[in-house]
Amino acid sequence: MTVYLIRRLMQSALVVLAMTVILFLGVYAIGDPVEILISPEADQMERERAIAALGLDRPLWEQYVAFLGNALRGDLGRSFVFNEPALKLILQKMPATLELALAATVFAIVLGLPLGLIAGLKPEALYSRVIMAGSILGFSLPTFWVGLMLIMVFAVQLGWLPSTGRGPTAEFLGVQWSFLTADGLRYLIMPALNLSLFKISLVIRLTRAGVRETVLMDYVKFARAKGLSQNRVIFVHVLKNILIPVVTVTALEFGSTIAFSVVTESVFAWPGMGKLIIDSIYVLDRPVIVAYLMIIVFMFIVLNFTVDVLYSVLDPRVRLQDQKA
Amino acid sequence: MTGQPTIEVRNLRTHFFTKAGVVKAVDDVSFSVAKGRILGLVGESGSGKSVTGFSIMGLVDPPGRVVGGEILFQGRDLARLPEEEMRRIRGARIAMIFQDPMMTLNPVLRIDTQMIETVLAHERVSEAEARRRARAALVQVGIPSPDERLRAYPHQFSGGMRQRVAIAIALLHRPELIIADEPTTALDVTIQGQILFEVQKLCRESGTSLIWITHDLSVIAGLADEICVMYAGRIVEKGTVDEVLDHPLHPYTRGLIGSVPSRNVRGRPLAQIPGMTPSLLNLPPGCAFRARCPRASEACLVEPGITTPLPGREVRCFHPHLETVPA
Repeated sequence: MTVYLIRRLMQSALVVLAMTVILFLGVYAIGDPVEILISPEADQMERERAIAALGLDRPLWEQYVAFLGNALRGDLGRSFVFNEPALKLILQKMPATLELALAATVFAIVLGLPLGLIAGLKPEALYSRVIMAGSILGFSLPTFWVGLMLIMVFAVQLGWLPSTGRGPTAEFLGVQWSFLTADGLRYLIMPALNLSLFKISLVIRLTRAGVRETVLMDYVKFARAKGLSQNRVIFVHVLKNILIPVVTVTALEFGSTIAFSVVTESVFAWPGMGKLIIDSIYVLDRPVIVAYLMIIVFMFIVLNFTVDVLYSVLDPRVRLQDQKA
Repeated sequence: MTGQPTIEVRNLRTHFFTKAGVVKAVDDVSFSVAKGRILGLVGESGSGKSVTGFSIMGLVDPPGRVVGGEILFQGRDLARLPEEEMRRIRGARIAMIFQDPMMTLNPVLRIDTQMIETVLAHERVSEAEARRRARAALVQVGIPSPDERLRAYPHQFSGGMRQRVAIAIALLHRPELIIADEPTTALDVTIQGQILFEVQKLCRESGTSLIWITHDLSVIAGLADEICVMYAGRIVEKGTVDEVLDHPLHPYTRGLIGSVPSRNVRGRPLAQIPGMTPSLLNLPPGCAFRARCPRASEACLVEPGITTPLPGREVRCFHPHLETVPA
């Protein structure tokens, strides 16, 4: 197990290193921030001074080495625009996004798992067909449009829920959270639901496919032949086998939920990282873009790692392979 | 010797209502098993022998359904029992062992979980007591270091060991009847022999009746008391194991026995029954075996009934091989 963990950590480090190269080159290629940051009236002297101050006059590889050296010390550069450490800027916005993504994941499991189970156990029933048709809509409707429709119905016409912002927050573990106040919770519901729509559909389809496959297995029939109740068969024998793919995908999707919360945050004016990255891309604030993407990469690696560990908890067959490795 | 039968199946019909038509998987099957006796249910794949077993257990999955007949288990008709009462019988009074031991145990649950839940499904005992019984059952089927084995997962067992665990689970409530659906087919010959020996011993000791479903006549020869040969959803021949195997009356039984490779002479082409098992979908009227039968005649266009040409022998054929039976 220890050998396995060490090997995984080394692999992860290599992935991060490779990503820094790709990111740096990619961001370098998309445009020159100087054009945006320095006023057009500035003369040549001023321009060159500004470029030197930002370190943009040096060759690319030197910039990269400097960036890497700083990154190892936890410094991902200073924002050109705010003149503050990029990492600090992003971390300030992170709790809001994390809260949104967590709420969306909770929605996905709480709604997706039971609906998928129903659709899988009675695939021919009318309500199962309705669930499946709904999941296709959840997959294919664009997030921004659904968000706007939600606002139109629940905020404008019915007036039940607030349409923008985060509302009042309460402090817990030194961070501000919306879900701790009743009013904040009202602000959270709509964006979280909007963000989770795709995930709910995904969990429904995964669960349904898993159920339909698992109920045909001999061990399910054997469990019934042992005289177990229907509930025990479904919620222990079937569900525990289905949880493996569902947990994997939900956990991996958590990364993309955070990464793609950009759209939802924009529609609902949710003050999270997604909003920050969009603003930074507009003004080509390179350090913030790079820092944001690095954090996302880091998050994916951590999630993958967590999923592997979780897997071994859920599936005893994986545990044995770990010991051998 | 006989007395009250443990189970008596009368005119059982189990049909599958598929989009392509009705599949009569089990069509008018009758047999009974006395206390402590072993019945061998023999036939090719698709002859309906497994569906017969699942019908008794009340585990026929849709689109299949028991459409007729009675399954009398100690005077009660299982075919008409409400699901909850049937559940109480399943695993406690009638147990089943499946064909593939690699697939019958849930891969993500420990052995103790799978055994204890079986005890608790039928009896209100403490978990410690359930665990004690599970351990005792493992000892009974000859599994070494049972305490360690209880905490293991199925993938840590070999195929033979898994089948022993499945048998141990079947024995937990000392059922009156065990239905074994080809439980040794997937195992090595040596393991197969051990398991057969254990099962035979257990039945003799506890008076458990056994229905042993198989396509392997050599297994049946050493194990069963009586034998039912199934073909295309019907029983075509029934009798004691020695009589049927030594003097088969039905041409199909004869072909089946002739197909056992060890009975053929080395170097000669192996004997076989020509043709294939007919599709059970829209089976034409008449004897289902007539297309493959060397003795078929005009008469076989009509469905043959069950006749008793000799005492204790039943056969569903117009032209039984009576000439081979010594007077």
